[in-house]
Amino acid sequence: MKIHEYQAKDLFKDFNIPVPRGKVAFSPEEALSIAEELGGYPVVIKAQVHAGGRGKAGGVKLAHSAEEVKDLASSILGMRLVTHQTGPEGKLVRKVLVEEALDIEKEYYVSVILDRSTEKIVLMMSEAGGMDIEEVAEKTPEKIVKVAVDPLIGLWPQHLRRGCAGLGLPRERQKGFMAIMRGLYRLYVSYDCSLVEINPLVLTAQGEFIALDAKINFDDNALFRHEEIKGLRDIEEEDPLEVEASKYGLNYIKMDGNVGNIVNGAGLAMATMDLIKRAGAEPANFLDVGGGASSEMVENGFRIILSDENVRAIFINIFGGILRCDVLAKGVVAAAEKVGVKVPVVVRMEGTNAEEGRKILKQSGLDLRTAKDLKEAAKMIAEIV
Amino acid sequence: MSIFVNKDTRVLVQGITGREGQFHTRQCIAYGTKVVAGVTPGKGGQKMDEVPVFNTVEEAVKETGANCSMIFVPPAFAADAILEAVDASVEVVVAITEGIPAQDMLKVKNYLRGKRTRLIGPNCPGIITPGECKVGIMPGHIHKAGGPIGVVSRSGTLTYEVVYQLTQKGLGQTTCLGIGGDPIIGTNFIDALSAFEADPDTRGVVMVGEIGGDAEEKAAEFVKENMSKPVIGFIAGLTAPPGRRMGHAGAIISGKSGTAEGKIKAMKEAGIYVCEDLGSLGEFALEVFKV
Repeated sequence: MKIHEYQAKDLFKDFNIPVPRGKVAFSPEEALSIAEELGGYPVVIKAQVHAGGRGKAGGVKLAHSAEEVKDLASSILGMRLVTHQTGPEGKLVRKVLVEEALDIEKEYYVSVILDRSTEKIVLMMSEAGGMDIEEVAEKTPEKIVKVAVDPLIGLWPQHLRRGCAGLGLPRERQKGFMAIMRGLYRLYVSYDCSLVEINPLVLTAQGEFIALDAKINFDDNALFRHEEIKGLRDIEEEDPLEVEASKYGLNYIKMDGNVGNIVNGAGLAMATMDLIKRAGAEPANFLDVGGGASSEMVENGFRIILSDENVRAIFINIFGGILRCDVLAKGVVAAAEKVGVKVPVVVRMEGTNAEEGRKILKQSGLDLRTAKDLKEAAKMIAEIV
Repeated sequence: MSIFVNKDTRVLVQGITGREGQFHTRQCIAYGTKVVAGVTPGKGGQKMDEVPVFNTVEEAVKETGANCSMIFVPPAFAADAILEAVDASVEVVVAITEGIPAQDMLKVKNYLRGKRTRLIGPNCPGIITPGECKVGIMPGHIHKAGGPIGVVSRSGTLTYEVVYQLTQKGLGQTTCLGIGGDPIIGTNFIDALSAFEADPDTRGVVMVGEIGGDAEEKAAEFVKENMSKPVIGFIAGLTAPPGRRMGHAGAIISGKSGTAEGKIKAMKEAGIYVCEDLGSLGEFALEVFKV
């Protein structure tokens, strides 16, 4: 789960990580009153959307006066921010963060991540702050300092000393920097984060470290033990169809293609999307109904896929293991009758009771085309699209 | 021969009295697996069908000589259940549970170093040595006993698809295992590949990977350096959009890493036979393994 920068900064405060003074605003008037409260210009106005690259896309502006605050806030609020992470349709800006501007001496990058490769928690630190860290890692990997922490031991001072040494921080800056890294690590562990990142972490002219930006991602699988974090979810940032699907326990991701698909199992679902592409079409979605899919789940899957106007055909690919194909076929027929499917449907089912399943589909009188294997299914899809 | 489990494997089931636990225990027994014990805290002394239930893994191991555990415990308590099995020195632990918090698994994984236990999973279908022992939720009947092919995969139903096609072409399996779709898992590709290399009855391996992480790249390197047996590779997720978690917690392209293209390239460079069309994997395997 992702949260907004302003929410992340609120959490930072709980872990003694300094952030600029500021507040979130939902209207230009609100933005103005926050700016006045801050008591001095310039102030920074930052679009709050779940995407990186906001600055480059014009979502972060400096306002030097009250009028400018109102003007800039009204232009940013309601705009569709297109960054390298949003896709071409962009993301609608519904709120802005209004903050004091800082006198910046130097920018750093710091984060805490779970490193799958080494199976440790890793502190990442770099003097190349404010830049795309992926790019830094690719072009100048020597600029990134990594310190691995064994989760069973936790964070110790030596980890932090090594970080400071790697960055070449002068002695008088180390204490402040270590306090921030300690806070970040504690936050990471306390809330089951999958990523905590400050980019940039700035050193001000006054010699203080302050988190100018804040990014936190949470492990969805651990949300059950963090009720307070669940409340930070912003459903407006998510695709409405995906939100709808999640209500029914369906794992759905919307894509730009024209062939919808319903599959049991995530790996097979991905492979099915790839198969659609190989057949010369484009997948309209990823949809995993899970190992124990019920007929209600298939029905809801149908409904969600059909509400995507681009969909011109649906491919149902089920490998019946524990889930029996005859049971599923009944579900498909019932769902198709109920929802009123108006596009061709190709069904391929294999595994337990596949023969009975195909028979049920055939006898239903619906426009369901049964394929005997993946090859034939691909051919049918290619013919339709 | 086989890897990790065989006809002598004595299985205990953690979470045996739950709905999933009961159902799959019965399926495993019907397949021929020796299920000797169950564990559900507070239900010691009861029986699930004919299987005696114990309060702790330690007790179950002591009383029944179980050397393998299959875990159906809900995600919030699953890491704890794995640790209990590790502390009882169970040789093979198969964690089926999906949705265990990543930081729980990170601790478990680091705790496992130097221990006797091999963990398979979590978030996996389990492991089967066809004709001998099924420790998992896969449909037994799609498998063909006697080898000579080993199958290792990060997925569930996609593995069934692959196994089914092999069986259709007359290619039996020595052992098939799902290593799990999570970012932190016990047994990895390399562990399975080296075991298959050492198994005299396995003559070739099919490995099924997907987007996310660098396990396939590392495995490719291992194959190049250490394997004499032919390996077929398949990778799911060529069309997956970056930054999105594709069902499995571990299936995510982050930045430029973890892409299907990168994995396919690494596998090809390592001499792995990459099958790019799932629909014809069976024929492809017949061609490569020439049996």
